[in-house]
Amino acid sequence: MLKIEDIHVYYGAIHAIKGVSFEVGEGEIVALIGANGAGKSTILKTVSGLMHPRSGKISFCGQDIAHAEAYKLLRTGLAHVPEGRRIFLQMTVQENLEMGAYINKEVSQKDLEMVFNYFPRLKERRKQIAGTLSGGEQQMLAMSRALMSHPKLMMLDEPSMGLAPILVDQIFDIIKELHKAGTTILLVEQNARKALQVADRAYVLETGSITLAGTGAELASSDAVKKAYLGG
Amino acid sequence: MGFLQYLINGISIGSVYAIIALGYTMVYGIAKMLNFAHGDVIMVGAYMSFCVTNYLGLPAVVGILVAMVVCTVLGIIIEGLAYKPLRGASSLAVLITAIGVSYFLQNAAQLIWGSAPKNFTSIVTFAPIKLFGGQLTITGEVIITILASVVIMVALTLFTGKTRMGKAMRAVSEDRAAAQLMGINVNQTISMTFAIGSALAAIAGVLLCSTVPTLQPTTGSMPGIRAFTAAVFGGIGSIPGAMLGGILLGIIETMTKAYLSTQFSDAIVFLVLIVVLLVKPAGLMGKVVQEKV
Ligand SMILES: Nc1ncnc2c1ncn2[C@@H]1O[C@H](COP(=O)(O)OP(=O)(O)OP(=O)(O)O)[C@@H](O)[C@H]1O
Ligand SMILES: [Mg+2]
Repeated sequence: MLKIEDIHVYYGAIHAIKGVSFEVGEGEIVALIGANGAGKSTILKTVSGLMHPRSGKISFCGQDIAHAEAYKLLRTGLAHVPEGRRIFLQMTVQENLEMGAYINKEVSQKDLEMVFNYFPRLKERRKQIAGTLSGGEQQMLAMSRALMSHPKLMMLDEPSMGLAPILVDQIFDIIKELHKAGTTILLVEQNARKALQVADRAYVLETGSITLAGTGAELASSDAVKKAYLGG
Repeated sequence: MGFLQYLINGISIGSVYAIIALGYTMVYGIAKMLNFAHGDVIMVGAYMSFCVTNYLGLPAVVGILVAMVVCTVLGIIIEGLAYKPLRGASSLAVLITAIGVSYFLQNAAQLIWGSAPKNFTSIVTFAPIKLFGGQLTITGEVIITILASVVIMVALTLFTGKTRMGKAMRAVSEDRAAAQLMGINVNQTISMTFAIGSALAAIAGVLLCSTVPTLQPTTGSMPGIRAFTAAVFGGIGSIPGAMLGGILLGIIETMTKAYLSTQFSDAIVFLVLIVVLLVKPAGLMGKVVQEKV
């Protein structure tokens, strides 16, 4: 579904991604793990069109998207929940969801019900200004907002960042549910243990290059991963 | 009675500043730039209305409509040609470009219409209302100006609060990258903002020249600067702030001229601005963004 071939991405003179290739098949959960600064977020930003690779190919559902403009990609079914949530803090919860459904012209009640079903807490807070939500609620809103467009592929950048363990479990349960409902998922996580548990396959990224690849279980039991990312 | 008269006149000229300030504030909020050429779009609007009514002899309403259409197109062209290529450039480069556009518009106007002032015919034709046995005069211009600013303010509030496009504008103003991830075309949104701001500038130009009938290529620059001050005063980026800032500025200016000094009125207005910014750095209604810890 998503195919990335030998992309090189730069921030000015900084060579952040040095020839990365990987694939996400339809219906998979693929995890991308790696230390701080490895380039995980940069890869997601490049896929969603916020940045463009200097060389290499990216295709989504057979379409070349390496140089597509970011705002057009959601319409092809590719959603990106960025690092740090990036919800619209001065808008209400409801308005944030409406922005999530921007490409549908109108928000359908059915879609609202769907996300409130996943995150009942947001329903009571529809009229609340998003900036006053707790960190966990903001993460729920960020995911809900992306769900409003019914994406085929959802890219999640550290959805568990800064959340209490119980909320982390809840977010991962919802990722599994979404997956069951047919959404393909590309997951970037610091929480490698959790990510490898849910992932069908995973890649390890180190300073701009992929150093390991395998199924979630394979990587979870590999010595190198255990040592570097699972705390021995 | 004198005081009341000054107050009404102050609110009236302040309403013009408010309409101009709305353009400044919307463009700043969404494109994150100070469009210093905004004041000169006012001047173009006034000339357009002048030409349509004086040379073609058409009614004032047609003059206003033509001015709005021309300024809307002008705003979109300025944005597309001068500012869009600089997206992502340093804000200093954008600022200097804006100053360049401002001079360009003034010089172009001078070439087309000459530098001699034209005598603008007011769009208002009904007689002033006299109250308290003629002690208090409310001119038609005052009534129309205040009415127009209220209507514009309400319309913009509804637009940004209730419509899909208006909400998308707010989303772009808060977080451009996140807005793109929602499928919002940021370039189109910025262009739209310039269009709205410039259409408002056209209205402001006609109202301004109906009150102060001398029209020349520099007509827009001082009101433009005062309106910019008003936008900062009220809290740049805030629509009600621009409105409040404009009206307060108009009142302060008129009162200063009446009771203190005509010569130093601008200096005093800026002094007030400085004091306000010292006390409330974000302006009167500027949003202090709450940070989550
Ligand atoms: N805007 C930027 N300008 C310059 N360099 C940047 C910028 N953003 C990221 N980088 C650099 O690119 C590299 C990859 O950053 P990226 O954000 O992709 O890392 P990451 O794997 O997501 O890290 P984290 O787990 O901390 O979020 C880092 O070395 C970072 O310093
Ligand atoms: Mg990151």
